[in-house]
Amino acid sequence: MRTGVVGIGHGKFGRREVTVQELAFEPFREALEDCGLHQKDLDALIVGSSPEYHRQRSLSGVVAEYLGMNPKPTFLVEAACASSSAALATADAYIRAGIYDTVAVLGVQKMLELSTPEILALMGRVGDVQWESGFGTTFPGYYAMFAHRHMFEYGTTREQMAAVAVKNHHYGTKNPNAMFQKEITAEKALASRIVASPLTLYDCCANADGAACMIVTNEETAKKAETPIWMAGLGSATAPMSVLRREKLSEIPSAIDAARNAYKMAGIEPKDVDVADVHDCFTIAEILAYEDLGFCEKGGGGKMIEEGETHIGGRIPVNVDGGLKSKGHPVGATGVSMAVEAVKQLRGEAGERQVDGAEIALMHNVGGIGQYCFVNILRR
Amino acid sequence: MGKLGKVDFVPFSKVDGIEERLKEGKISATRCKKCKNIYLPPRMDCPECLDEEMEWVDCEGKGTLVTYTTIHAAPAGFEDDVPYTICLVDVEGGGRLVGWLDGKEEDLKIGMGVSIGIRDLPEERMIYSITLE
Ligand SMILES: [Zn+2]
Repeated sequence: MRTGVVGIGHGKFGRREVTVQELAFEPFREALEDCGLHQKDLDALIVGSSPEYHRQRSLSGVVAEYLGMNPKPTFLVEAACASSSAALATADAYIRAGIYDTVAVLGVQKMLELSTPEILALMGRVGDVQWESGFGTTFPGYYAMFAHRHMFEYGTTREQMAAVAVKNHHYGTKNPNAMFQKEITAEKALASRIVASPLTLYDCCANADGAACMIVTNEETAKKAETPIWMAGLGSATAPMSVLRREKLSEIPSAIDAARNAYKMAGIEPKDVDVADVHDCFTIAEILAYEDLGFCEKGGGGKMIEEGETHIGGRIPVNVDGGLKSKGHPVGATGVSMAVEAVKQLRGEAGERQVDGAEIALMHNVGGIGQYCFVNILRR
Repeated sequence: MGKLGKVDFVPFSKVDGIEERLKEGKISATRCKKCKNIYLPPRMDCPECLDEEMEWVDCEGKGTLVTYTTIHAAPAGFEDDVPYTICLVDVEGGGRLVGWLDGKEEDLKIGMGVSIGIRDLPEERMIYSITLE
């Protein structure tokens, strides 16, 4: 029994002056149109989102109503920045179990309705609030500490990190749904203001509003689609949330474990991946991902970006939709956004950013600073 | 939760008594009486033996720098403190803690030996303070 993806929809990411349910409506409609199904054909709506950013409580109930899904079941799945990858994995499990035949998976996040003080207060609670947050740790601060450690262990440079930003902004110019559609230079990135040393502004992704949706079905229904895309491998794992309880700080251990599980289920090796979307919440995070996913050996991530191996035409093109870096990172929407992009690549519908003949696509979605990681593999 | 850290987020915890030890200048961890595992940050439930018989042990105040960053974009409550340098330190005797550097970021080298002390902040709050040996 396989699960197939038959419909996809992706809204515009960025500052959106709409409500969270209005945000959700756009990709939901697009995904239904894409596969020619209607609400009555769906058995459930599974929403991935990080609820602390929303004023509206009980989010999936409100969204289900607005999308015309009543009385079909709905619920929220949460795993921080990986919430909608977790929602996708949940939908896959329901379908494989035969409980539902067809499910809409929706990733949605409205981040920019909060005031700056509210955002700063939230930002102050990303770490372990008992032992770390009282010292003023921040999200960029954690990845900055990973970066310093990686530079120390492997000689990774700030220039290599900037090269990730330059690449992802370049491909972002070819993605109309990206928040930023402007090329940047390494000089500009390196000279931007320090957020948490060694990371500067251009090493960091931006908060955004956004939503993405996909319709997944059982094998029988998926086979009727023109080009069904199959969920081939699902891996997920956890690691300590606290950096005080992690053995190594130059890797995301949950990503290594999740990738191993996903490769095993899909029966493939890292070298078989044709195109990947990885969680580049910070530039260093993309370099860690190359290594954690086995695209290169440990410590080889900096060189991999430097030598253009992850550009289109390189060994494994990565984040050719612009990544979180240029798309923006509406936390709960990011996982399904990655999956929608993977489906476009596998269908050959990615336009200017198409990787020719892509058969296998991988998504790597990290929650928080690695307390969750989901690695999912799709294939034609 | 006591007075450790500049901002308090956690009103209650089973980890009780750390405040008094900090006031005495002690860097303390907990140790499981059964399996002898050392926990720093301290905790009162052992995840290894699922036991809750813990005792306090004091550390020497020496450690090794694991990594660091200087925060320029402040979270709420730290607006007046930026830039401040956060150090992660592996403590001699077991465990790890986060502290603020008393010194210059340029002088830091990962892997170097550091001393851990306790610095007083306004309103009777305290933080771990890291100095270079
Ligand atoms: Zn024990």
